[in-house]
Amino acid sequence: MSTVVIKTEKLTKLYKLSAEIVRAVDGVDLEIMAGEFVAIMGPSGSGKTTLLDMLGCLDAITSGKLEIMGQDVSQISESGLVNIRRGKIGFVFQDFSLLPTLTALENVQLAPFFARQKDSSATAKRLLEMVGLSERAKHLPRQLSGGEKQRVAIARALAVNPQFLIADEPTGHLDSKNSQAIFELLKELNSKQGLTVILATHDLGLGKQCKRIISLRDGKIQN
Amino acid sequence: MNTITISLKNLKRKKIRSALTIGGVAVAVAVLVSLLGFDKGYQKSLTDNIDKMGYQLLVTAKGCPYEAATMMLKGGGGLRYMEQKVYDNIRTDVRVDKISPQLVATAFDPDLQKGQGGYTLYMGINDDYLKLKPWAKFKSGKWFSGGDVNEVIIGFEAAEFETRSVGDEVFIPGIGQILKVVGIFERTGTQDDGMMFIPLASAQRIFSLPGKLTGIGVKLKDIHQITKFEEDLYSVPEIQIISMAQVRGTILNLVSSAKVLANAVAFIAIFIAAIGVMNTILMSVFERTQEIGISKAMGASRLDVFKFIWSETILICTLGGTIGCVLAIAGSGFVEFIIKKILPYAPTGKLVSIEPKLLISALIGAVILGMVSGIYPAWRASSMKPVQAIRSAE
Ligand SMILES: Nc1ncnc2c1ncn2[C@@H]1O[C@H](COP(=O)(O)OP(=O)(O)OP(=O)(O)O)[C@@H](O)[C@H]1O
Ligand SMILES: [Mg+2]
Repeated sequence: MSTVVIKTEKLTKLYKLSAEIVRAVDGVDLEIMAGEFVAIMGPSGSGKTTLLDMLGCLDAITSGKLEIMGQDVSQISESGLVNIRRGKIGFVFQDFSLLPTLTALENVQLAPFFARQKDSSATAKRLLEMVGLSERAKHLPRQLSGGEKQRVAIARALAVNPQFLIADEPTGHLDSKNSQAIFELLKELNSKQGLTVILATHDLGLGKQCKRIISLRDGKIQN
Repeated sequence: MNTITISLKNLKRKKIRSALTIGGVAVAVAVLVSLLGFDKGYQKSLTDNIDKMGYQLLVTAKGCPYEAATMMLKGGGGLRYMEQKVYDNIRTDVRVDKISPQLVATAFDPDLQKGQGGYTLYMGINDDYLKLKPWAKFKSGKWFSGGDVNEVIIGFEAAEFETRSVGDEVFIPGIGQILKVVGIFERTGTQDDGMMFIPLASAQRIFSLPGKLTGIGVKLKDIHQITKFEEDLYSVPEIQIISMAQVRGTILNLVSSAKVLANAVAFIAIFIAAIGVMNTILMSVFERTQEIGISKAMGASRLDVFKFIWSETILICTLGGTIGCVLAIAGSGFVEFIIKKILPYAPTGKLVSIEPKLLISALIGAVILGMVSGIYPAWRASSMKPVQAIRSAE
């Protein structure tokens, strides 16, 4: 019996510009169970990033309902959301986003540091080994390739032992070979460790390999 | 993994920029420490100098009080003369503890200053001199053998400068007298070190000033009687009384106007340094917008981010403050040299006194500077919204 990780009702995000209102996410109903591997697909501007930001508790919602691990977070402001996401949600972004002054290992350790978890370099080393980079632990981000940086970012996201992983176009800046490798890594984490993964991608080829696809268009889910 | 090491790494990222900012703080702190150190040192040296004169009041012939004050500190009197009977009157006053008459005379010596010529100062004194200055010790030789003898006792520096020793003969050019060196004083750290002393009666004879004095140093039994004592002497014509407290005040006044300007410069330097720190860190905050967003996504709170940025400004200012203190200590000799050239009257002894207390306050001040200049950049960083921050690079 698997548990519900994310549940939304009429989830909506509006951006008020001077002249018009942009309905970036418009009444999305969604339920994601533990252990799922979900791809969110859609053309540019369809609201993938906006939706993931809300699901990852990075941004406050405009209206509707959002439950994370059974907790209603709909009313929580942007500054209060840090307490919800801290240590529970892992993030991987499109442009790697490692801190350039820290080594690969330190970047991985940074996540537990911010999450106020016990700083265990053993865990960080094990994670780097898992993503195949144990040799590169002492290297700085600029000494790593794009694919390697993204592996470090994945290791970092996992370092806090999150409930689920949000990956916004993690392969967007990679060539197709590296894209596939990163995607395989995420799938493996999902299948072997039961990690819940929610991934946004443009890449139809990758999308097709996912068990579940949510198609977005103009902020709405398409069937 | 801790805040300080991460902040340090961030400062190392833009080495030149960080170094320039730290340098700005260092220079500002160095200037401030030097000035404050000078202020303390100058007051102390001046007070020491005045205490070492041994007298609280100097009675001189009437004349310009400023000129008299300067001349007196240089060891002379106003070089106006009064009658010795003034001395005979004052010495009988019951309030007087010690009293020492002096006659300062100058002799032009064409050989001085590499042939350019210069004046040598001679001071006629009697046995009372040693009572007023019990700390005066002989490096070699002894006191005059009589009341009117062609003998001279030389101050420490004058003896060193002219490489004279006991038994030598000193010729007074233009006057045609020869003096025998009978003693050399130890260093006292006052203007007396550069003086040639001869018996009072001999001075009056040699310089053809019979019965004349240039000054009378007076020490009272009770310092509180000074005002009353001065008032009583107002009635005596042809003399004026200069109290050492007054001289000290006058000189400090002269110096303090220059000090106000210098302090203003120092505070402007500090202000500019603070703006520089703020600007540097603000710039680097904006450059790191995305990193800040990522940190927040990972669970960094507003306070975490604030602490990161704040510790950078505090680090910069602490480093700058430390370097500034070292600079101030290292450069104090140079500052002293400059000041001695500029000042109307520079006491002997160290003018710039940089004490541990001053250094500690400077360091604390630097840390506070870092805290204040860091508030705005740190606040800006901490209030960045994670979503916008992360997307800023796209
Ligand atoms: N801060 C904002 N202010 C105004 N409009 C915004 C803002 N952020 C996003 N939008 C708008 O919301 C809509 C959805 O944007 P979003 O970035 O979620 O799309 P996306 O599917 O992630 O696109 P892409 O594939 O290009 O990343 C777009 O029309 C976008 O212009
Ligand atoms: Mg997007």
